[in-house]
Amino acid sequence: MTSEMREIVHDQHAHPGLGFYLVIGVILLVFTGLEILGYIGETKNMYSSGAAAAIILVLSAAKFFSVVAYYMHLKFDNKLFTGIFVFPALLGCLVIGGMIMLFHVLHGEATAIHPTLTSNEAIHGAGTSPSPGPR
Amino acid sequence: MDSTHALDGHAAHPAHIDTSTGLDSRKMAFWTFIGSECLLFGSLIATYMAYKGRSLKPPYPHDVTINGVHHEGVLNIPLTSISTFILLMSSVCMVIALYYVQRGERGRGTLWLLMTALGGSIFLGCQVFEFTNFYHETPVPLTLQSNLFGSTFFVLTGFHGAHVTVGVIYLITLAVMSHRGRLGPERALNVEIAGLYWHFVDVIWIVIFPLVYLIR
Repeated sequence: MTSEMREIVHDQHAHPGLGFYLVIGVILLVFTGLEILGYIGETKNMYSSGAAAAIILVLSAAKFFSVVAYYMHLKFDNKLFTGIFVFPALLGCLVIGGMIMLFHVLHGEATAIHPTLTSNEAIHGAGTSPSPGPR
Repeated sequence: MDSTHALDGHAAHPAHIDTSTGLDSRKMAFWTFIGSECLLFGSLIATYMAYKGRSLKPPYPHDVTINGVHHEGVLNIPLTSISTFILLMSSVCMVIALYYVQRGERGRGTLWLLMTALGGSIFLGCQVFEFTNFYHETPVPLTLQSNLFGSTFFVLTGFHGAHVTVGVIYLITLAVMSHRGRLGPERALNVEIAGLYWHFVDVIWIVIFPLVYLIR
């Protein structure tokens, strides 16, 4: 038996059936629908933008883990594959989180302490400060 | 639905392959590639998020009022929602294609590979339509040079679109191979690896869609 055949025999035994994957597909569609409802709710002022963002992020995280675990077979495959994927994925998340912290959370504190640090108006002229822009 | 309980015992004793890890080297290499892609898209998403809401001039992604002047957002949420549904459905098609290829059902395997490629093509069509609209149909054309939103948006979604394009070509190639009888169960790993790529492209869109389109 070739290595490929052994892999296939292993795969056919190790992975769930088609019905299971279809159920995951339906769940993904439902979650996407809920995300869009979350957006619509926010535009109609049914709840705050923070609450909408939290709902949407939780739903998208659930979709992310569903696809990675079941469609990409990480739940059933060797744990080494999980490590190879999770380590850079976490690094990517750290970079994203770090940039959000720097530019959206700590930015205000930094300018409060050192007003010249990000003074756009001083460099580019009046009305160029990013603060009046949409957040 | 098959039970997955019996799998746990099986997963503890995976089929041995003659490599130092006991795992298929191609699959290992592909997961490493996917890991590197995580860093690429991580940096692109981080850049978009850093400059989110920092554009000093229109067009803006969402409706906004600045200094009493109302600016209409350019993002077409209904169209992108539909294309997101289609991309998710193409992932389901990919799973079905792998299922039939592993079982040696050539015709069905080819059909579902083509369905997956079709889903990806429709998604790309929607993206091209959206980009064209941004340039021609908005009061102020949105380009790479327009503002920070234009630069970060086009780079991020453009890179994703390029990945989808590569995936569609990859899938059509596999469908042709399958149609010619060169993709039997003994070569199902080729389809599984293509599936990993396609699902990864899907996963990236699962992250991009809410961050760019849904969260203000």
